[in-house]
Amino acid sequence: MRNVWTIFRKEIRSYFVSPVAYLLLTMFALIFGFFFWNALGYFVFVGMESQMRGQSFPMNVNEELIRPLLSNISVVGLFLIPMITMRLFAEEKRTGTIELLATSPIRDIEVILGKWLAAVTLYAGILLLTAVNFAFLFKYGNPDWKQLAIGYLGLLLQAGALLAIGTFISTLTKNQIIAGGATFGVCLLLWVLEWVSGYETSTWARVLSYMSVITHFESFSKGLLASKDAIFYVTVIFFGLFLTARSMESLRWRS
Amino acid sequence: MITVTELTKKYARHTAVDHISFEVSRGQIVGFLGPNGAGKTTTMRVLTCFLPPTSGRATVAGFDVLEQPLEAKKRIGYLPETPPLYPEMRTDEYLAFVGKLKGLSGAELTKRIDYVFERCAIADVKSKLLGKLSKGYRQRVGLAQTIIHNPEVLILDEPTAGLDPKQINDTRDLIKSLAGDHTIILSTHILPEVEQTCQQVIIINKGKLVATDSVNNLQNRARGAESLLVEVAGRNGDLDSATVKGRLERISGVTRVSFKDQRQNRSTFEVESRKDSFVRGDLARAVVESGWDLNELRPTAMSLEEIFLQLTGEAAQAPPKEEAVPAGASR
Repeated sequence: MRNVWTIFRKEIRSYFVSPVAYLLLTMFALIFGFFFWNALGYFVFVGMESQMRGQSFPMNVNEELIRPLLSNISVVGLFLIPMITMRLFAEEKRTGTIELLATSPIRDIEVILGKWLAAVTLYAGILLLTAVNFAFLFKYGNPDWKQLAIGYLGLLLQAGALLAIGTFISTLTKNQIIAGGATFGVCLLLWVLEWVSGYETSTWARVLSYMSVITHFESFSKGLLASKDAIFYVTVIFFGLFLTARSMESLRWRS
Repeated sequence: MITVTELTKKYARHTAVDHISFEVSRGQIVGFLGPNGAGKTTTMRVLTCFLPPTSGRATVAGFDVLEQPLEAKKRIGYLPETPPLYPEMRTDEYLAFVGKLKGLSGAELTKRIDYVFERCAIADVKSKLLGKLSKGYRQRVGLAQTIIHNPEVLILDEPTAGLDPKQINDTRDLIKSLAGDHTIILSTHILPEVEQTCQQVIIINKGKLVATDSVNNLQNRARGAESLLVEVAGRNGDLDSATVKGRLERISGVTRVSFKDQRQNRSTFEVESRKDSFVRGDLARAVVESGWDLNELRPTAMSLEEIFLQLTGEAAQAPPKEEAVPAGASR
């Protein structure tokens, strides 16, 4: 556990001494700021319009503002995740520091957990930026904080799963660009798989749609804590980290 | 301290290390010698538990590298060919990080960091980024990293590669000074380095063990007979080499005299004698009594370089020296 902490601190440090963390935080703050402003504008516009027509049906901040925004965050996350994970192992392999880690008296799994937790923490830090925007909704409105909290939990689980996959891909190459590109491809695929459910209802379509990370985010964005979706993400996390461990082990047998 | 038995490491297509066995006892500096691609790095990677052996056994400080890697790793300090440095870390941060990886903490860690700063003379780059250090300092920080947890065994892969002559000397001195507390294996393809730093040498070539012995024994073994270099000068005017050669050949104990060179009135000969006969006194007397001057008389020990080429049987394809035949010249 102490070793996980050592690796974790080293990874967090290296995110913040290089421009990586600042770049991701800035980009995300800008993009999400735009989404927020846009969604809020539309929300207010719809509200005014319905009032002018005299048919004042109740508008729900959680349903009509926060929920689409959470979905937006989850999609923007797909673009950030490759940038978070691509250097984790690829960089160590390129500079040869992997030899230091592999010949130190620590277990592979401790290295993997330390790195993955650092990646998850950076993503959580990025999510924290959105709390600033949402804070305004609490100031001027009265949204349900529990639904929002469940939404955040879903985002973290979803990112945890994709970050585990990204960590695995990073062990496969010395080249950060390749690691990033491949991770991006896989993330994108896991997103769009969900589209088949729009017109197909065959078993295959259901399987494909089940594999999509977006399908399982639905319930979280509604503020529902569905155990089957949580289990899906946790399973993917375990699977990704397991593959990473196997891949690290095979480095030794092949290299 | 280190035992290697019938160690073999195969990669997909070729065998990098082929049934090597050797032993290293406590407190020794052992030179691991071989041309590039001989299997030095592979053997070291097996010893450091980085690569598992295909067959055979290796134990370090009594722990099998395959069965108890964590225990073995605690007792090993390893410097790979390129020091494993994180360019974005400061020297002190880096050493603290490595110290923690190796299981140190708290006051002990601080103490060891101070110790290695002093020992490796890197205190003046304490708060510099590793990426900005010169090659010499990088190497020294690399060495500091290997001794931070005071391991029993140090494994150094080409520790002087790419350094300038002064840095090479400093690094060698540092390694020699570490020998008291640690057992050291260092690999190199530079022969004088072994002669200067190591007590024992293990020579491998193409994955096979060629020789393992102490540096002195190896030199003796390859020499067999004693050989002397003699320079004789005539007192006035010319010197007839053939006469001198004839006179030298008549000294008892001398087995062979070969003429090497003549410059004006000075001639050099290589005189070989039986190992146990002490011909130097007779030789000097003979020269002086014949009315010549004895300018030089010294034993020509075979250098490790010659031994190495002899043992690895690569004399024909030895790499050309710096000042060898200029490009374009043909014989």
